[in-house]
Formats: sequence, C-alpha cells, structure tokens
Amino acid sequence: MTCCAPGAEAGAEALLAPEHDEETLFAAARDLGNGLSELEFNVPDIHCAACMTTIEKAVTALPNVAAARVNFSTKRARVTVRAGKGRLTDVTAAIERAGYRTFLPDPATADQGDDTLKRLTRSLAVAGFAAGNIMLFSISVWSGADPTTRDLFHWVSALIALPAVAYAGQPFFSSAWRALRHGGLNMDVPISLAVLLALALSLFETFNHGAHAYFDAATSLLFFLLIGRTLDHLMREKARGTVRSLARLAPRDATLLNADGSREKIALSAIRPGMRLELAPGERVPVDAEILDGRSDIDMSAVTGESVPEICGKGDRLLAGATNLSGRLTLRAEKPAADSYLARMIGLMEAAEGSRAGYRRLADRAAAIYAPAVHILALLTFVFWVFLTGNWYGATTNAIAVLIITCPCALALAVPIVHVVAAGRLFEAGMLMKDGAALERLASIRHVAFDKTGTLTGGRPKFIAQTLGGEPEFSVAAAIARLSRHPLSAAIAAARPDAPNLSGAAREQPGAGVELTTETDTWRLGHAGFCGAVDPAEAPVSTVWLARNGTPVASFALKDQARAGARAMIADLAGMGLDLTLLSGDRPAPVKALADELGLARAEAGLAPGDKLARIADLEKAGGVLMVGDGINDAPALRAATVSIAPSSASDVGRNAADFIFTRPDLAVIPFAIRLSRRAAMKVIGNFGLAIAYNGIAVPLAVSGHVTPFVAALAMSSSSILVTLNALTLRLGTRPAPETAPAPAHRLAAAE
Amino acid sequence: MNILVLLVPVALLMGAAGLGAFLWSLKSGQYEDLEGAANRILLDDDIIADKEDDDADADAE
Repeated sequence: MTCCAPGAEAGAEALLAPEHDEETLFAAARDLGNGLSELEFNVPDIHCAACMTTIEKAVTALPNVAAARVNFSTKRARVTVRAGKGRLTDVTAAIERAGYRTFLPDPATADQGDDTLKRLTRSLAVAGFAAGNIMLFSISVWSGADPTTRDLFHWVSALIALPAVAYAGQPFFSSAWRALRHGGLNMDVPISLAVLLALALSLFETFNHGAHAYFDAATSLLFFLLIGRTLDHLMREKARGTVRSLARLAPRDATLLNADGSREKIALSAIRPGMRLELAPGERVPVDAEILDGRSDIDMSAVTGESVPEICGKGDRLLAGATNLSGRLTLRAEKPAADSYLARMIGLMEAAEGSRAGYRRLADRAAAIYAPAVHILALLTFVFWVFLTGNWYGATTNAIAVLIITCPCALALAVPIVHVVAAGRLFEAGMLMKDGAALERLASIRHVAFDKTGTLTGGRPKFIAQTLGGEPEFSVAAAIARLSRHPLSAAIAAARPDAPNLSGAAREQPGAGVELTTETDTWRLGHAGFCGAVDPAEAPVSTVWLARNGTPVASFALKDQARAGARAMIADLAGMGLDLTLLSGDRPAPVKALADELGLARAEAGLAPGDKLARIADLEKAGGVLMVGDGINDAPALRAATVSIAPSSASDVGRNAADFIFTRPDLAVIPFAIRLSRRAAMKVIGNFGLAIAYNGIAVPLAVSGHVTPFVAALAMSSSSILVTLNALTLRLGTRPAPETAPAPAHRLAAAE
Repeated sequence: MNILVLLVPVALLMGAAGLGAFLWSLKSGQYEDLEGAANRILLDDDIIADKEDDDADADAE
C-alpha cells in the first residue's frame, strides 16, 4: 500500500454510499423520454453565486450531462443526463471533486410541502384579485352611486366573490370542518362562519336591491388571512427544507459475509441475529453487534457522548450508530435493527412526547375562548333586536354584522405574523425554527440543560500544545497524521497544514497508530504503547506520541475544546436568571474540567440516555426546560424537554428531535434566541391586546346596528395592518454577536 | 352611465389578465428559486446555453 490515505482506500471497495452506487442512482432518476433522464442531488454547502457556477460547470462538463441547474433556495442540483454516454456516478464524483458534499434526497420527504405552498399561493392570488376589484366597486358605491349602478356593481361583485371565496376559502373551510367534526373549535370556525354569512347576507341584499353588501369585507378578509397563512407556511418549509438537506443518510444496508467468504449487500431490516457482517472504516455500525475479528478505533461520541474514540477488538460489543474509524471489522449481529440501540432511542423518544403533546398553541387557546364568546354575542344581539323591535330581518342583519366585525382577522394574524418575523430574525442569526409553537415554549423556560460532546464542545479534539520535541518533529507528525482518518490525527494534521509531505510506505495499525517507513527512518505516530512511551497519569487531555525508530521524540496534547463563545454564553444565560446544568454521558474527569472551565456549577457525568430523560423530567417539575444536545443518546432528552436546540452537526435523530437547529459554530445565538422568544411572546400579547381593543370599539357599534360595509372594511383592514406593523417592530433592536464562524474550507477553495 | 358597460368589463379583464399571468408564472416554476435568481445576475455567462451550443456543434460534426 502506498502512502496515500490508507484508511480511505480500505473503505472504498466494500460498501458504497447510495449516491456512489450506479444502480441506486439509476432507480432514483426520472425518465424524461428521448433517452434523457433527470436526477436530483442535495448539495447542502451551496452558499453563494460562485458555488452555483462551480457545480454547474463541473457537472455540465461531463459528456453524459445535457444540462444542470442548481437551485439555491433548496440547495439542490437538478441534472439532466443522456443515457449511454457515461455513468451516473460520474455526476456524484464531479460534484465531490468540485469540493461539495452531496447525497441523494430522501424520496419519502422530497416534495411534501411544495404542493401546499402552491395551493396557498394560488388561493392568495385569487383572493387578492377578487378583493382588489370588489373594493374598487365598493368605493364607487360608498361615494354615492345611484341605485341602478349600485345594483349592477353588487351583482358584478357577487359574480367575482362567489367563485373566489369558493376557491380561496378552502384552506379555512376544510380546517374548520375538521375541527367541528371532532367536536372542537379553532380560529377557522369563526372565520369561515363570518365569511360565509357575510356572503349569504350580501347575496340576499343584492337580490332585494338593498343598500349594503359585504362582498369586499368577505374577500379582503380572506386575502389578509391567506397572507398570514402563506408566510407561516413558507417559514416552516424553509426551516424544514434546510434541516432535511442536512440529513446524512443513516446506514440503510450492511455487508453480509457468507459462509463461502463472498460478500453481499443486504438491507438493514434483513439483518438477523447471528449473521456475520463486515464493517469497513468510515462506516456506521448498523445493528448492535459483537466483534468477531479485527481491531479498530470506534467513535462513540454520537452514541454515548464519550469524546475520545475507544479501541475495540475481538469480543467487544458495539452499539448501532457508532462510527468505525480505522480498521476493518468482522461483526456478529446480536440484535435485529428493530431492537438495536438506535431503535431503542427512537422508542424512548416517542414515549417521551408527554410534556410537548400537552402544550397547546396560544392561538388555539385564544380561539377556544374567543369563538364561543363571539357566537354567543351574535346570538344575544339577535335575541335583543327581535325583542326590542320584533323585526326579524333587522335582527338578523345586526347579528351577522357582529359576526363579521368580530371575525378574528387581527387575532388570527396576531400570532403567525410574530412567529414569521421572529423566524426571519433567527434565520439571519443562524438558527432555524421548525415550528412557531416552539418559540412560545422557548419563552417560558426556567432551566437550560446542556450536553457536552458536540454541543458545548466542537465534538472533535483540537491540538492544544506540544509537550515534547520541537518544530521539525511536529512537521513530521503532521505529515504522518495526514494519512489517517482518526480524529486525533486529523487534529494534528490541521495544526500544521503546510507541513511538507513525506514519501515512504505507510501502514495504519487499527487501534494503535500509523507507521511510516522512509528511506532512513521508521516513524510511528499514535498511542503511547505503540510508540514505546508512557502516558502521564490522569490527564484531562489525550496524548499522541511520535517515535523515531522506536524512541519517543515528540508528544502532543489534544482536547475536545469548548466551542467559541461557550463561556460568554454561559455567563449570559446565568445573567438572565436561568438555572444551568451539564448532563453528559462522558467520563467524570473531562466533564468536570469543562464545567470548571465554563463556570457551570452543576454538572453530571456518566449519564445513560434514560438517566438524562429522568433528569429532564425532574427539572421540568420546577418549570420549562431547554435541552441543548446533539447525540443519538440525547434524542430522548431533546424530545422530552419543553423545548430543544441542536447544532446542525448533530446526529440525524438528534436533529429530528430538536425544535431549533443552529447552523454556526458560535453559541452566542442561544441567548439571542431566548431573548427574541421572550420579546416575541410580549409582541403576541401586545397583538392580542390590539385585537381586543379593536373589538372593544367595533362590537358596540355592531351590536347597536351601526356597522355599514364601509365601517366593516375600514375597521378590519386597519386592525390587520396595525397588528402586522406591531409584529414588524421585532426586527428592531440588538443584533446577535457578529458572525465569528470561520469560512468552511471549500469556501476558501472556491474563492481562489 | 353607459360607458360603464364598457369600462367595467375592461377593468375586470385587465385584472383577470394579471391574475392569469401570475398563475402562469407560478406554474412555470419562476418562483422556485428566488435566492438563486438573485445571485445569478452576478454571473457573467450562461453556462447552460454554452453547453447546448457545444452539443449542437458536436452533433453536427
């Protein structure tokens, strides 16, 4: 074997990722006819115009590619391929050569939200058209059109309004119908009722040549509400889309070793206990298994929170979800995928839904009080006028006027518009919000629980100091470290990126280190035992040794370091009066060291996922808990907490469980998000106040029978605009700490 | 007031034309990549067009 990346080479032949597998790609391609087919790739790292050009150029240069177009919003590349001119895997390779990670989108989640958005946008367009035109007619009626013209205009308005409401009102009608069928009330019930009754009353008036028709009120109401609903949908889709595009594919298949020594790829679900499996370096452990043969470093950080890779050999047990770093292993499956660690965590997660499922959105809570109140008020108005005047027609008109004027236009906008504005702010600061209700829950927290590895720390060891030897040895160590994919090696290599390459024969000994034989010397980089040295006792750091012909000549201290801004964030959160706890699955020594470094008073180490869950439940008795974590072992706790945040580097399960995802390495965004959520909660209450104040003025007018269509249109539009403006003031105020994120490597490469 | 017989349909048709144009642009995918469109004006050349030309040349040969 030569000196180029021995680890990577060993991994390449055995099991292909789906985006490198010709058959999988072929199955995913959509046939366009004419020998053309279309493929979509997720490229999550696209971030500028240059990225688009780079990828499009790289891909279109291939002989079998007819066209390629990068969608910047969805971070996807759509490639049209000609059959018979080359392989589909060339496309994947071309994108990766250009410096971008890429993978196939998951077909199950591909275009879920897209149809809803199109439907909402079309409804919005139709409602906007109808509202605009009808308003023009209404203004002429208000300005004193003669009765014949007025009738004509009412009829034209009716012709526009009826189909428009029938089409654009559907999102509200169907939601209201669903609520009613289940015996509940939501905000859409009074909305639908008001729109339909306004329409019916206006039609009646038009038939009878009446002076007042509310077609404008009905359509403009729909228009305003659809704006709110579309924005809300856009916000959630954007966040979900980004989270989806981050998803790395979990192992979907494994390599089965048959008795005759042949290898076969089988689906995860087909693995039965007792099967012999092969695991190449770089792969994740598919099911809980025992090692039959081989020796390797296993990265357990996603599984247990343990930051230093563990050396595992024959007889050791592995948990599903751990990553094999250096050596090839033969495993014996102990459990089917459905009973493995990952599946157990998902089971725990589902069981932990409790506190969150019990949470009801503010808007729904308001609707539960508001809707019956409005309907009773309308009924009372009707009864009152019937008794007072005995005029059934006049009483009905007044009762409907009450329903129209109290239609919770402002109320229905009050919450979503605040969430949309807040989500926009958070997005700029590098935080994605999956759901508006999470923002409400975030505002209520009293306690913050952190995971350690990968959350407060970067999850990867960083070089701290050279403890023995000088600069020449460092240079050699960096050159050797470049040959291995072990995280400790990667850290040493990153510390001296410009060290000259060494030529020679390299060999990686799994679980020990790398040996490089040059013309003159034999160098070894790795664990103390491998290099003939002895580690200092009980150090909170990992030590890597460099030996020359068997004599240790240099040593390096490495540590999983705290993220940028971690200390400032802890101080900031403590200043906000929040209780802080560190909950880690790692060993006590590194946990204590980190807690001391960051000034965290309470830290617990060695917690199993179930323990974390129990701690969260304990904390929740005293008030809302925010859980910040990333690993598979954190997922149940993330789901059990009132609200949760995960870094974008988190495991798939962790990311799915969390309500918020932050995309920058800096932690300062967490206090920013909490502050913003508190301000947003104030804004929501303020908006409710505005809506109630508006009703306080308008309802007496309606009850006393003074609401004309003009008053209704004016009052409803102005209250909606007022509520929106109030929400927009959330954009004012302090910005989060400036972006301290270092540019990703490929960004530098693209700029050159 | 007879002018209304003309003006009202004209106004409505113009509005409907605008609505139709919007629905068409929505259907033809012009809102699918708003950020990309904003960034693409910064690019000098249209790569896709180039590629089509290259192919046409290659086929002609």
